[in-house]
Amino acid sequence: MRKLSSLAFVLTTAAILSACSTPVKISEPPPVVERQVEQKTTPPADTRTVQPVETKSLDPLDDPKGVLANRSVYFDFDSYVVREDGKPVVENHSAYLGKNKARSILIQGNTDERGGAEYNLALGQKRAEAVRKAMTTLGVAEGQIEAVSLGKEKPKASGSNEEAWAQNRRADIVYK
Amino acid sequence: MYTMKKLNQVWLAAGLAAGLTVALCGTAQAQMRIEISGVGSNQIPVAVAGFADEAIAPQQISAIIKADLERSGAFKLIDAGVITSMNNIDYAGWKAKGADALVIGTVAKAASGDYEVRYKLLDTVKQTELSQLGLSRAPQYTRLTAHTIADDVFLKLTGVRGAFSTRISYVKEYDKRHYELLVADADGEDEQMALRSNEPIISPSWSPDGTKVAYVSFEQKKPVVYIQNLITRARTVVANEKGSNSSPAWSPAGNKLAVSLSKDGHTQIYTVNADGSNLRRVSNSNGIDSEAQFSPDGSSIYFMSDRSGGPQIYRMGVDGSDPKRITFSGNYNISPRISADGKTLAYISRRDGNFQLYTLDLASGQEQRLSDSTDDQYPSFAPNGRYIMYATQAGGRKSLAVVSVDGRVKQRLTTQAGNIKEPTWGPFMQ
Repeated sequence: MRKLSSLAFVLTTAAILSACSTPVKISEPPPVVERQVEQKTTPPADTRTVQPVETKSLDPLDDPKGVLANRSVYFDFDSYVVREDGKPVVENHSAYLGKNKARSILIQGNTDERGGAEYNLALGQKRAEAVRKAMTTLGVAEGQIEAVSLGKEKPKASGSNEEAWAQNRRADIVYK
Repeated sequence: MYTMKKLNQVWLAAGLAAGLTVALCGTAQAQMRIEISGVGSNQIPVAVAGFADEAIAPQQISAIIKADLERSGAFKLIDAGVITSMNNIDYAGWKAKGADALVIGTVAKAASGDYEVRYKLLDTVKQTELSQLGLSRAPQYTRLTAHTIADDVFLKLTGVRGAFSTRISYVKEYDKRHYELLVADADGEDEQMALRSNEPIISPSWSPDGTKVAYVSFEQKKPVVYIQNLITRARTVVANEKGSNSSPAWSPAGNKLAVSLSKDGHTQIYTVNADGSNLRRVSNSNGIDSEAQFSPDGSSIYFMSDRSGGPQIYRMGVDGSDPKRITFSGNYNISPRISADGKTLAYISRRDGNFQLYTLDLASGQEQRLSDSTDDQYPSFAPNGRYIMYATQAGGRKSLAVVSVDGRVKQRLTTQAGNIKEPTWGPFMQ
């Protein structure tokens, strides 16, 4: 108790001292401004018209929980056709690109690690092209899309098993 | 040029037939470990003596010559000690020791700082001098001097130009975030870095004059084809069309390249001038056409295409005319490479799930499997056509391997850190 009360005393004293150190000046007169002429030329305010204010809306692309957060389309082994589970991804990004003509994307096709680097690059391209064609069918302009391939060079999952390979048979949508 | 950190190295020669492992020698400036297995069918017995005063040079010249000749599989090396005098050679004595040929030499330091190396190749049977060379080079080219002598021995004794003084380029990959394009002597020594990137580098290809390497870099989030001058560091974008740009191959004259582009919606072969101008589509199929390689006479292009289903190797005119299928065995044949004489096609074939190196004699149609591993890729002929280097994998590590075209001699080159892949064997240099 003694310690607390002495602390309170110290704090109170400090507060009083700091208040004293910045005295309020009461002797200074307020500045005089001549505004009469200006006020006369201003038309009377329209009190019926409401001026709207827009808050800066969140770009759905930046919403980590939105549908656009999913940017990967997966493919079956030896397949270059967009699967059912990939169609919503294609549709969601197509809708966004349709509304946001200034945005453009890279579609990066990928393959699993088996086989030659160049052949896999060409196979990854087929996956990227499949996504590109699906998007242009949905009305996205060609100029907004570039389909490219990373082949087997940038695996998402390491490991030489079917689980890793399935992760790597993929096309990713990358906004420029 | 940036020189790589020196690593310890052990050279091993394993005579498969004899089941022996013999430590040959240890050299400084070593980056790679080389294992040799198998021997040539008709080894020439040759003695390589230590060169007089060779200890004054940065590297032991006779040791490098011996290692080159041993690695080739074409010679049986006979111990010769050091021979200090180039005169009064006891031909009969060397013949009695089993040597058909003897290599001797001297090393001296000139006032300029260069090392003057004199060498002689002697025929102990005919008791005559087969060849001699006098080479004067700056200290940093001591290894090149040794390789030049080994090339001369190889030529004089086998009738085929040696490729020991040529260089190789390959990609080294560290943990998928750090990639380097490296250049080294054909034996993996004297490794120098040409390019470092955080993104993949694939498909390197030497220019015919040996001063440039074309490759595919992913540094722009997509594959783009570059040419890099190894001497000036100048980089030229050869192909950066919309879509993917890959698989550069030089024309024999070095003035243009074939590349694979996806700009028309699927991967097809184009030709382009080395400065990036005059891009022309060459192949015309509904499938994938890629991995072009010019024939040595420049009149045709070998390439991989899956127009018939699986990938197979085809040949067409440089203008895309008259495409003809070349490979028919197996349902996955990729990465065609053509020997300098235009007679042998090397490629990777998938059989029973394994990717292995094969050659096809184009005249007879005879196919030969040259590797017995499971994941071999990216073959490259030595400029003398006698050896093929390729990328292989064992125990989760990627390394390089070399095999003689008769399949008898094999070497494996591994490094202590990182994975090495995508080798390209450089041309003969002047």
